Amino acid sequence: MSHKTLTEKIFEAHLGREPKIKEVVVVDVDFAMGQDGTSPLAIQKFYEMGGKKVLNPEKIALVIDHGAPSPNEGFSNLHKLMRDFAYEQGVKLFDIGSGICHQLIPEYGFAGPYDIVVGADSHTCTYGAIGAFSTGIGSSELAAVMISGKLWFKIPASIRVILSGKLPTGVYSKDIVLYLARLIGADGATYKALEFDGEVIEQLSVDARFTISNMAVEVGAKAGIFPLDEKTKIWLKEHGRECNKDLTIDPLANYESTIEIDVNKLEPQIALPHRVDNVVGISEIGDIPIQQGFIGTCTNGRIEDLEIAVRILEGKEVHPRVRLIVGCASKNIYLEAMKRGIIEKLVNAGATIIPPGCGPCVGTHAGIPSDGENVISTANRNFKGRMGNNKAFIYLASPATVAASCITGKITDPRRYL
Amino acid sequence: MIIRGFAHKLGDDINTDYIISGKYKFKTLDMKELAQHIFEDIEPDFIKKIKPGDIIVAGKNFGCGSSREQAPLVIKNAGLSAVVAVSFARIFYRNAINNGLPLVECDTSGIEEGDELEINLEEGIVTDITKGFQIKINPLPPFMMKLLQDGGLVEHFKKYGGFSIE
Repeated sequence: MSHKTLTEKIFEAHLGREPKIKEVVVVDVDFAMGQDGTSPLAIQKFYEMGGKKVLNPEKIALVIDHGAPSPNEGFSNLHKLMRDFAYEQGVKLFDIGSGICHQLIPEYGFAGPYDIVVGADSHTCTYGAIGAFSTGIGSSELAAVMISGKLWFKIPASIRVILSGKLPTGVYSKDIVLYLARLIGADGATYKALEFDGEVIEQLSVDARFTISNMAVEVGAKAGIFPLDEKTKIWLKEHGRECNKDLTIDPLANYESTIEIDVNKLEPQIALPHRVDNVVGISEIGDIPIQQGFIGTCTNGRIEDLEIAVRILEGKEVHPRVRLIVGCASKNIYLEAMKRGIIEKLVNAGATIIPPGCGPCVGTHAGIPSDGENVISTANRNFKGRMGNNKAFIYLASPATVAASCITGKITDPRRYL
Repeated sequence: MIIRGFAHKLGDDINTDYIISGKYKFKTLDMKELAQHIFEDIEPDFIKKIKPGDIIVAGKNFGCGSSREQAPLVIKNAGLSAVVAVSFARIFYRNAINNGLPLVECDTSGIEEGDELEINLEEGIVTDITKGFQIKINPLPPFMMKLLQDGGLVEHFKKYGGFSIE
């Protein structure tokens, strides 16, 4: 049987034999990561399991991003636990100011094609954009990987998602993935891997693909994997990774199902409170005033996202009844945005720049809305209470839609500014 | 393993943010303290409504969202004995079993708030004692059953020094 899904190809490279779908296997993990919401518990479990030394410290990174810099003493004490552990064990620590784990892991070349990467954060599926099988795990499992270098997996069945057509102006990869959530729902791909195919892929930058893979978990998927092309190979080279092998979709592989999305007529999409799959097109939304906008996160805090936002905001002003908060996904993106003059233009338009990190998206600090407020955000989740106040309402959209909405003070179609 | 308790019903797509909000879980590893805030964003004072041994009964996709292992730990530390749902999100599913929290996947539509339930994991049966009917359970995969019987991943590692799937 030579027809294989991307998932089967990646696991075959690790097992040295053909894997069977739904088979349980134990494999060596190429890289593992934890953040400050999950690593402290992983460190506790590491010692409870009898761990003394991390087996492969060069294959582990701990990232302080969910509360960076620390918003309170509880956080500070857990950060100290991480810093001390990383120092003692010789594990890479990305401290405050470095950025968000899901930007850093690929940016530093810790994830790449054919790698199996796990992270104690549900959005670890992000690295599927560059051909990795990457998925979220819990703290106990991160501890198990630190001790043994291994983890068990059930080989998932795959769903082929064909993206066809030409992406219209003002419509972005965020709109595609929100539309996918609308189509299949929050559990539409539970226990499955999504594998992307179709002519739209070549129209998407690697940054844009990260947005789609990032949100694979929002439809329950274990992974969201893109095949490799020239764009991926160039991106990998720029980030210290060589790639000599191909990874392409085989339409004859054993796909459990196929979903087709024609993007030709796709309009900007919005997820309404309090569910990621509660999605409507911008033309259906009506008048919704907003009090806060947020551009950033592991979904949409990359340089291309900032470029898209600044194209709309340049020379304009944020509405007087709106606060716009912007956070870059990493220090390197922050520096690049400064070099390109993006930061200056955003600040001139009225934006507040926060340190690279997760902050507002997870409700830890740097932008908690008040009771009854509406927030439009480029994040991946809009659960009740997600941004730290269960009486606020969160709408999810692309950076363009957030930027346009911050100018008018209500949810606005970005195409009027493009 | 036989578990007996009273049902507390919740809906579909109960995410891990709802089980324990991010605004608490980042501050401490004290799960007893975190357990005071269980389900707070969707049902304030939930902790006051439950008794030790009670069982969560939910719809589809329970535990979706964040990978936080604090979610199953908070359920355990609130004194709840099991979660019965139509389906579970995968990271929560693994996290719960890794911490010895029994999960039961079955049709929950006939169970009502306050019903007394008995779960027999080995036989794969949930009995609604109040209403007098039985539901067949989708069994746990063998390796996960072993993890649960070992008492979770920590105990499994202490016993075998690594993963022992055979």
